[in-house]
Amino acid sequence: MERNLTCIVCPMGCSLKVELDGGEVKSVSGNTCPRGEVYARTECTNPMRTVTSTVRCSDGTVVAVKTDKPIPKDKVFDCMKAINNANPDLPIKIGCVIIDKIYGAKVIATQNAE
Amino acid sequence: MTDLVIIGGGPAGMSAAIAAYESGIRDILILERDVKLGGILQQCIHNGFGLHKFGEELTGPEYAWRYEEKVREYGILFKTGTMVLDITKDKIITATNEEDGIFTIQAKAIILAMGCRERSKGALNIAGSRPAGIFSAGTAQKFVNMKGYMPGKSVVILGSGDIGLIMARRMTLEGAEVKAVCELMPYSGGLARNIEQCLNDFNIPLKLSHTVVEIHGKERLEGVTIAQVDENRKPIDSTREFIACDTLLLSVGLIPENELTKAAEVELDRITNGAVVDQDRQTEKEGIFACGNVLHVHDLVDFVSEEAEIAGKSAASYIKSGTQNDMNAVIKTDGKIRYSVPQRITTKKDITVYFRVSDVFKNVKINVYKDGEQIYSKKKIKVAPGEMESIKLAGEKLDDAKELYLELEVL
Amino acid sequence: MYDVSVIGAGVVGAMVARKLSSYSLKVCILESENDVAMGATRANSAIVHAGFDAKEGSLKAKLNVKGSEMMEKVASELGVKYKKNGSLVIGFNEEDKNMLSELLVRGNENGVKDLRLLDKDELKALEPNISNNAICALYAPTGAIICPYELTIAAVGNAMDNGAELKCNFKVTAIDKTDDGYEIKSETEAVKSRCVINCAGLYSDKIAAMIGDESFSVHPRKGEYILLDKECGCIVSHTIFRTPSKMGKGILVSPTVDGNLLTGPTSVDMEDKENKATAADGFAKIIKETYENVEGVPFNKTITSFCGLRAVGSTGDFIITSPEKGFINAAGIESPGLSASPAIAEYIADMLKDQGFELNEKADFNPKRKPMHYFREASIEEKNKIIKKDKSFGKIVCRCEGVTEGEILEAIRTNPKARDLDGVKRRTRAQMGRCQGGFCSPYIVELLAKEMNITYEDVTKFGAGSYINCSKTKEDK
Repeated sequence: MERNLTCIVCPMGCSLKVELDGGEVKSVSGNTCPRGEVYARTECTNPMRTVTSTVRCSDGTVVAVKTDKPIPKDKVFDCMKAINNANPDLPIKIGCVIIDKIYGAKVIATQNAE
Repeated sequence: MTDLVIIGGGPAGMSAAIAAYESGIRDILILERDVKLGGILQQCIHNGFGLHKFGEELTGPEYAWRYEEKVREYGILFKTGTMVLDITKDKIITATNEEDGIFTIQAKAIILAMGCRERSKGALNIAGSRPAGIFSAGTAQKFVNMKGYMPGKSVVILGSGDIGLIMARRMTLEGAEVKAVCELMPYSGGLARNIEQCLNDFNIPLKLSHTVVEIHGKERLEGVTIAQVDENRKPIDSTREFIACDTLLLSVGLIPENELTKAAEVELDRITNGAVVDQDRQTEKEGIFACGNVLHVHDLVDFVSEEAEIAGKSAASYIKSGTQNDMNAVIKTDGKIRYSVPQRITTKKDITVYFRVSDVFKNVKINVYKDGEQIYSKKKIKVAPGEMESIKLAGEKLDDAKELYLELEVL
Repeated sequence: MYDVSVIGAGVVGAMVARKLSSYSLKVCILESENDVAMGATRANSAIVHAGFDAKEGSLKAKLNVKGSEMMEKVASELGVKYKKNGSLVIGFNEEDKNMLSELLVRGNENGVKDLRLLDKDELKALEPNISNNAICALYAPTGAIICPYELTIAAVGNAMDNGAELKCNFKVTAIDKTDDGYEIKSETEAVKSRCVINCAGLYSDKIAAMIGDESFSVHPRKGEYILLDKECGCIVSHTIFRTPSKMGKGILVSPTVDGNLLTGPTSVDMEDKENKATAADGFAKIIKETYENVEGVPFNKTITSFCGLRAVGSTGDFIITSPEKGFINAAGIESPGLSASPAIAEYIADMLKDQGFELNEKADFNPKRKPMHYFREASIEEKNKIIKKDKSFGKIVCRCEGVTEGEILEAIRTNPKARDLDGVKRRTRAQMGRCQGGFCSPYIVELLAKEMNITYEDVTKFGAGSYINCSKTKEDK
């Protein structure tokens, strides 16, 4: 089986061709860099996404956050629920941890707020 | 008298300021209209910024913070909440803020870094009513990401520019249903990765060669009628289809904000809607430079920063020793290549020429002719209007050039 | 108990209320929408017509010429921008030329001053961008431009400064006769009033019918407009009309007092009084006819397009009647209604006097109002004095039009108070520029919420139902 993907690792957006045998990746072509191959392999076996969103702080301020690494794609909405429930206090420094464990990642602040 | 005044404290302005500082200029002032530095990056909370510059994927606010930290470390002066009202060709700047009121500054050099704005709904002349619920994608982004409010729950997006695609995902993650993204052209204006991760991930249909032909609803939007368009981009009546929605987001293009550039009587390029500049990003008004989205709309902030560094360094050298031009060549394009930046070359040195094409072309050669003689050629598998291209020209090949001609040859 | 209730806060209702507020009367203005100037006043050609169009002897002719002569003073009292830019009616052939000669005669009969016919060279000298196909024109130097909603807001504000009350969102559902006048009811409220002045525009026939007067009807005539960027405001300096036809004055091209270029209107008779939908063929017509009149109008510099409904009466003339003592209709006030409005107000005051109501001039009536755009027009020194006292005037909120936070707050705090985004727009021009509120509307929503002490979700574009935000984020947990 063959699967066509668009690489999302960087803005180049390479068109990738993946040869699959059952669930197993046989080969990847079309990528410009090695990260493209890694992406294609993960995407076909266990797709992962970084989640970016905001949290509402206890005083009402909205602060941008992200998962510090990609989480399983099918857990994105569950992760959003946890993010929506977070209610941290100010001040918040960029990089500080908002949720310390979620699907193998942390949710961290990407903005300062005083 | 201030050595260097930079209009705009977004990625272009901060990067230019840092480059000028590192080139030895100390008397720098950044004027930023928003309450903090960072410009539009503050509301671009998604990731994908900085791969070129930092080799990692940052969100917009994180990318901005890297530059803000530098600005603070160097002690570069900046005034936020400060709107520039006027610039004269003699480099007198009039600005206003709450603390200083309306004030003027005489600058030795000015860098224009005001960014761009979204094309508004008004310019589209869509038939139908005029209810609430129609926003440009960036306005919705500000409501959702900065203010924490949802403009609506069921959404149609017109235009597949990157902000529209990003907002499709963002609204979905916040619980809205995005029913379709309509794109007038047969191809998307956004990045392929954004179509993949913002639309395909959530099964949001991208309807190419489609547009919104009618708006419905009295007080609040109740729906839109969309239709497919023919080769001449005219809607085909038999394909009209009603989609119920309470929100229409427009992502139909960005326009450089050049009102101040015009005030300074700087010559503008009719295609880019930005200033005409040389390789140093100097306009034809000596000592006035431009960079970033006010010069031409970029896809990637990394390239904005890169361009701003050129402007910052050049402004520094201008402040120290004036302009030393040793040639004067214009760059012309063939139409398939819509425009180039820079548009002029005034110094013989290695330069990178950025350009955009007018349509999607496959298997092409980019050729450059110096006064009729070919000096450069490069093959590309695919070029598209949504993606800015660049070529590097060696300075030694530019000897005595009067005109450089950029051609896109379809093989 | 009010002495007079004015139903409808369009330009006619506003002028009437202002006039009546100069007497010792308790005046109330009842407006069905969330703001004043929301009907035909909101979207029309913004022209003070010289007065050569209307048929000799008609109310339209009489009140147009008089109103037009009064307007400059009214505008100056109310601090409203007014510019006597002159009108040109252009002709393309001999037939048009004859028609223009007729208009000249009619205008002279109506008492319009300084009218004259121009040949091609004279026309070109006045307006270099006029079509080369135009061979003649009727020139009316007394024609002027004004902003109709600015005028209306200022007139209502001035009436309120002189004691009148304004009730918005008061949709009249019934009018009952009482011993000493009328009881005017909405679904939630009722006011008692000795007299009623019906200035309800498109709905004035419905209001009249509530007391049994079915002598006239009003139908909507749709007019679409395209407004262009300020860059284009200098393409013509006069208001350019075409030689008129049965359906009205055709597509005009005119600068506005704010420096934009306005083109339109189309003219389509409608059934539905609510349908303000614009149509693609309407835009096509505007663009085509504009090109026929004026060379080089860049429609790619369009800022917005919109549609207004003119209230066309069944008699062909203004319907200013009194079916019974204490009830006066000002209906079918289509073009030149804006031009005639100050004269209509005087006319109605005289009718009340004639009916035996006592109209005693108030000694303390102040006809003046602080101009809405005083800050914008001030010198830098004056502006800095204001900023020193109130720093919010130093902060630009709308970058395209250069509107400060101070000006927006003033619009929200000054009678008639802006209550929604469009209200702020009409009063300050914030959101009216090139980006059409893209950058500043989130900030203005915040200011409205704060000043009115309401939630974000309750801030609207133009009243109930036209909400901007539906909920907070993070509520889906």
